[in-house]
Amino acid sequence: MFKLLDGPQTLGRGKIFWSCFLAVLAGALIYPVFADSYDVGNFSYFLIWIFMALGLCLMWGYGGMLSFGQTFFFGIAGYGYGVLAINMGGGTTTIAAIILSVLIAMAAAAVLGYFMIWGGISGIFFGIVTLSATLVLAFFLGQTAGPEWHIGTARLNGFNGMKGMDPLAVGDFYIEGSALYYVMIALIVIVYIALRMLVNSSVGNVIVATRENPQRAEMLGYDVRKYQLLTFVIGSGLAGLSGALYTSWGQFITPSSIGLPAAAMPIVWVAFSGRSDLTATLVGSFLLLFGFQTITVYSQQAALVLMGTLLLATVMLAPQGFVLGIGKLVVDWWTRRRRREPAPTLADAGRLQSDET
Amino acid sequence: MSAELFSVFYQFADVFAFLILSAAGLAIVFGMMGVINMAHGEFIMCGAYVTVGLVNLGVPLPVAQILAAVTAGLIGVVVEFLIVRRFYKRPLDSLLATWGLSLIVTQSMLLIVGSAVRGIGTPEGSFAIGEYTFSTYRLVLFGCAVAVLVGLYIIFMKTRFGVIARATMQNAAMAKALGARTGRIYAISFGIGTGLAGLCGALYAPTMTLIPTMGATFVVESFVTVVVGGANVLLGTAPAAVFLAMIRMALNASYGQIIGQIGMLFAVILIIRVLPEGLSSVLVRRGR
Repeated sequence: MFKLLDGPQTLGRGKIFWSCFLAVLAGALIYPVFADSYDVGNFSYFLIWIFMALGLCLMWGYGGMLSFGQTFFFGIAGYGYGVLAINMGGGTTTIAAIILSVLIAMAAAAVLGYFMIWGGISGIFFGIVTLSATLVLAFFLGQTAGPEWHIGTARLNGFNGMKGMDPLAVGDFYIEGSALYYVMIALIVIVYIALRMLVNSSVGNVIVATRENPQRAEMLGYDVRKYQLLTFVIGSGLAGLSGALYTSWGQFITPSSIGLPAAAMPIVWVAFSGRSDLTATLVGSFLLLFGFQTITVYSQQAALVLMGTLLLATVMLAPQGFVLGIGKLVVDWWTRRRRREPAPTLADAGRLQSDET
Repeated sequence: MSAELFSVFYQFADVFAFLILSAAGLAIVFGMMGVINMAHGEFIMCGAYVTVGLVNLGVPLPVAQILAAVTAGLIGVVVEFLIVRRFYKRPLDSLLATWGLSLIVTQSMLLIVGSAVRGIGTPEGSFAIGEYTFSTYRLVLFGCAVAVLVGLYIIFMKTRFGVIARATMQNAAMAKALGARTGRIYAISFGIGTGLAGLCGALYAPTMTLIPTMGATFVVESFVTVVVGGANVLLGTAPAAVFLAMIRMALNASYGQIIGQIGMLFAVILIIRVLPEGLSSVLVRRGR
């Protein structure tokens, strides 16, 4: 179990890393005691998007599948939660609504993924087919303003967005404010640990082997398509979790959180952070979301220009990602100082070193 | 009866022109360099804005459209030199780089120009067959789409540049060894591609509302046409457009634009399952 946490596919291991992890977690847990409720709400809002980033990191960094469709599944689950919560009523059923909406997104991912992966689509085409699906969904939802567009009693409302669904609740207790914040923290820790264990397990090794060389993995006897589909469904399901949480957080969702430029955001976070490592993605995405939100208050366009610039700068200057690069420099410097001898060169981020046991 | 037939042809021509004009530039760049230009929509937007700007200054529409296409082409050459050139060995990164560029351009335009610009009306003129009336400009667009296809055929099949370009497309290292300046060929091809995007924007500028995000209207159509066309764009793009236009026309007529677009997407997803290499792979096999 612990071996899976500290396996070869993830960076950061040993006592120092996990002490830092626990320190950050402890800080996050006591944060609401000191901060005012507005800031806590804002933090919950950033944390919503982390799942989507981690899902993309799994698909792209570990699986080698560059999906531009994270907001597609975000939208399906987001609207799914809305439709279910409105039709099934509030209270504890919202928990069922959130689970069902994520399952719907995963089912959609399984169907789309089946056609693409069994068709042998990869690389660039994988990106543009998923992006096409995303944009078409956004266009479709954008023109559903009329009263004839409804599912049950839930009106889709076109560009104005769907609203009026209940937030997450258990019985009469609405999960808001600090409660929602703690739910988010718990979910993130669970997802992060689970993904770490997944990528370090034997399944994860096949996923990485497929990224490195699909033919070779196939020759070794693995049906790579099944592993790719699994990766795609999990990654897209995490985007769906973000979507469902988003709708329940704000009690509304519009097509603009699906189409352009929203579709580019997960790509920017993960590329900037360093797609080949879960921890780098977690940290980097959070920093970017924080920065983005701070600038958006003044000008949304300026914030998006900055995001575009970061994406361009990342691929031109640090294709493996800035956060990952800086993290490696720090580790490099640390080990050199401790050993007083030339540090062993870290294997480049694309292929992590194998377990030397 | 002939009026109905013509009406069907007219609707087909309308969709076909839209697909060809929006996809041609993207297809050329993809076919030559294996790069998908995510800023394609922004070059279309550039063409549209330059056209409208020039027309508002008093330049006649056709001249403005040609100048707009040339402008987009020249900007494309600069972009190729500054950015795209570094990514020919890393096609996935080129996708990200051009997407970053696209974000920067769209959002800067929104900041600088604002959301709406005074448009220019669609050129007047219509004709009637039987009891139906048709807009002449839509047929002009169809003519332009056919002209683009013929023009590309001549450039790539009948000129010296075309021979070298096709050689580069097949095997860049070998072409370079034989003395072709592949770097220059790439720059010119990228310029042709973005110039065609500019032309698309210029031609559709009179028919649309000008907003900085208008490029998004075209990208789905251009993506799916290129995907269905497959790797050999010179062979695949036109049949792909014919095929998609038929589906789209049938659905548009009975269920409206958005269902047409959704239907086209479903068709594409089915196609890639059956023919992952696109239509051109079938044509290449037949040719042998």
